Amino acid sequence: MRLPRRSIGWWAALGHRISGLALAIFLPLHFLALGLALEGAASLDGFLRFAELPLVKVAELGLVMLLSIHLVFGLRVLAIELLPWPTRDGLRLRLVYAGIAAMLVVGIAFGVGIA
Amino acid sequence: MGELRLYALQRLTALVMIPLILVHLVLIVYAVQGGLTADAILARTRGSVAWALFYGLFVVAAAIHAPIGLRNVLREWTGLARRPIDRAMLAFGAILLALGLRAVAAVVGGGA
Repeated sequence: MRLPRRSIGWWAALGHRISGLALAIFLPLHFLALGLALEGAASLDGFLRFAELPLVKVAELGLVMLLSIHLVFGLRVLAIELLPWPTRDGLRLRLVYAGIAAMLVVGIAFGVGIA
Repeated sequence: MGELRLYALQRLTALVMIPLILVHLVLIVYAVQGGLTADAILARTRGSVAWALFYGLFVVAAAIHAPIGLRNVLREWTGLARRPIDRAMLAFGAILLALGLRAVAAVVGGGA
């Protein structure tokens, strides 16, 4: 990450990295939880009841938001690397805002669902 | 494996995962409306070759993508030497692949 500190691009790169780290930590746990289905639906339901706890719900909300923002900030990285430089007017900046917007939209849609 | 190949693999898996993540996010938001139950999840996935292929590909791509990204972070943000990082990330990728494919098998295939 060699960007001027505190620039929007720098924050986007940091956000991309931190969301990726969080997802990498979450992924094995996600797989282990789904693997409970091997022991039957009852085991998975037992886990899903745990997932009903408020704090767990907040964590899940955070994760889907992180996945959304990691996706769009990743598109920003691909745009920087694969499109002709400089990219079209404001494209990189728009992708930063799109990432934040995607995170909020998915967060609200998910939040309404689990509320 | 050379740096260039790792870089290309990470970008390639990123491209592969773009549509997969979009579908996954839509499915998550749809599935949680009205609460999640194992029966509802398994009714959708059990015996479905399409979901097995979809999530199988997703797992393989993620198991390649995540360790390479994590490797970059560990190299830049920690003072750890390269070789232990590489070994740990190889193990992390193998664990993700094994657990992920097991999870796909669990929700698509067997179970009581």
